[in-house]
Amino acid sequence: MKNLCLVSLYTLLRAEILRITRIWPQTIIPPIITSTLYYLIFGKLIGTRIGTMAGTDYIVFITPGLIIMSLITNSYMNVVSSFYFARFSKSIEEILISPMLNLVILIGYISAGIFRGMIVAFLVLLVSLFFTSIKLYSICLTIFIAFLASLLMSLFGFLNGMFARTFDDTTIVSTFLLTPLIYLGGIFYTTSLLPKPWDLIATLNPILHIVNAFRYAMIGVTDVNVINAILIIILSCVLLTVISLILLTKGYGIRK
Amino acid sequence: MMKKLQLALQINKLNKIYSDGTVALKSISFEVNKGDFFGLLGPNGAGKTTAIEIITSITNKTSGSVTINNIDIDSNFPLAKKKLGFVPQELNFNIFETPLQIILKQAGYYGIMRKDVTSRAEYLLKKLRLWDKKDTPCRNLSGGMKRRLMIVRALIHEPELLLLDEPTAGIDVELRREMLSFIKEINNSGTTIILTTHYLEEAESLCNNVAIIDNGEIIKKSSVKDLIKTLDTETFILNLENNISTAPKILDYNFTMIDSNTLAVEINNKQNLNDLFSKLSKSKIKVLSLKNKANRLEEYFIKLTENKIR
Ligand SMILES: Nc1ncnc2c1ncn2[C@@H]1O[C@H](COP(=O)(O)OP(=O)(O)OP(=O)(O)O)[C@@H](O)[C@H]1O
Ligand SMILES: [Mg+2]
Repeated sequence: MKNLCLVSLYTLLRAEILRITRIWPQTIIPPIITSTLYYLIFGKLIGTRIGTMAGTDYIVFITPGLIIMSLITNSYMNVVSSFYFARFSKSIEEILISPMLNLVILIGYISAGIFRGMIVAFLVLLVSLFFTSIKLYSICLTIFIAFLASLLMSLFGFLNGMFARTFDDTTIVSTFLLTPLIYLGGIFYTTSLLPKPWDLIATLNPILHIVNAFRYAMIGVTDVNVINAILIIILSCVLLTVISLILLTKGYGIRK
Repeated sequence: MMKKLQLALQINKLNKIYSDGTVALKSISFEVNKGDFFGLLGPNGAGKTTAIEIITSITNKTSGSVTINNIDIDSNFPLAKKKLGFVPQELNFNIFETPLQIILKQAGYYGIMRKDVTSRAEYLLKKLRLWDKKDTPCRNLSGGMKRRLMIVRALIHEPELLLLDEPTAGIDVELRREMLSFIKEINNSGTTIILTTHYLEEAESLCNNVAIIDNGEIIKKSSVKDLIKTLDTETFILNLENNISTAPKILDYNFTMIDSNTLAVEINNKQNLNDLFSKLSKSKIKVLSLKNKANRLEEYFIKLTENKIR
């Protein structure tokens, strides 16, 4: 049984990573291009006029935000598109007919999302080195929060891929929910700039907590309590994992 | 000494109502012995695929029980699925992957490591004539190749129970014959096989036992031999030398005209062809050739389900 779990997990993860590398122009290149553009426009052109934000150079301030934004969208997109495609093409049946456990299926898809998120985050970090230099506040915390964030967004993508009935459903959530939350998540500004009561309302946005926790880990600056933020992320991960496992056991969206 | 036959599959009062309200299976029950070659036959929409997909866990049952190799799927489905192989009716693989990738991946999902399965993969790919295409993305395979790939994929983990949902649809005559003899070979070496097919000559030549399902209900369970025995009439098509204008009226025989020089005649098991021919030649009708209207199982099937086409 242990052997079955390990081999099947390895197999699924291998296939998912092959997929990411097979379609690298869609998975790896876009975040590099967009983050370069952000650096050119917001970092170099506009950033020099803004000066400082929360006591740091603007270009340094947005760097953690740009990295975590790429990580969030890529982890999420990877799982939602891969899982939805498997359902759409029915190739999910290869997994369904096998003795693979639901937990292993979930771990396989989620790990691939984390993998892509982390790779992309690392590449954006490399891009940032062309524009600015950053002394990491805490490497361990940076990696830990990046991991938690990609875990959470992968789970979110998995659920989205499970509920989607059409290809459009996979983009609706990202266009109407994820993108606004990301842009309102304090990547480009601190919440102290917001008028009351918007500064408080903004803290209801989970992405804000991810962005700030990550910013704290990288440059030591945050709008929110980092311990709280980490707890919120971990609790959300637990909640989404439980929901995913229940739905998988029921066969929601995958078994007729 | 009586040896109790072991069951590969036991289905008891199985019901399926799809989420849109379609009642696909109405309390069906049947058993398949280990080593059997079992046919599940029935017209379009009868519920064959539904039944097979419940056994593979692709479809959830509404009620009833399914036992695979003495393991109740409700108690331990993963264990029950370990030795199950499945060839679906519709394509269900990622067309961007290659045959070799797909097969090795499927083995991995069953817990078999790549290195332990490469020689078997080669053997099966060669056997189903896909070796040349092993590294071609599947979107570039022909329809028949894709279907053969699904057979390789279903066999990679050496299943003890193989479910084939119309495996030969769209495969050319020569390869179909080759494939069926290969499937028979697999059966002879001990694998239990459940086959659904619309080619009844296939079922007649391969299956030992069949269940006929119609409108979600099993309307007949029998051995193929017994089924054919119960057929009391057989229809022959006669090709005539001369044209005729009306069907001949000859005592005891029931003729139907197909066209001016083709006749269909029903012969029951108390009549014989010699008698028919002598009576025909007395009426100055010369028969050039004859053939069976359909194979015997097909006739049985049509009788059973006729007037029920929805
Ligand atoms: N996913 C589904 N949702 C709703 N109804 C379905 C679904 N799949 C099948 N059905 C219905 O269930 C009934 C049985 O279908 P099934 O596919 O089992 O038939 P079948 O015997 O395999 O037919 P065929 O010979 O055409 O393959 C049909 O009425 C069909 O419309
Ligand atoms: Mg079918």
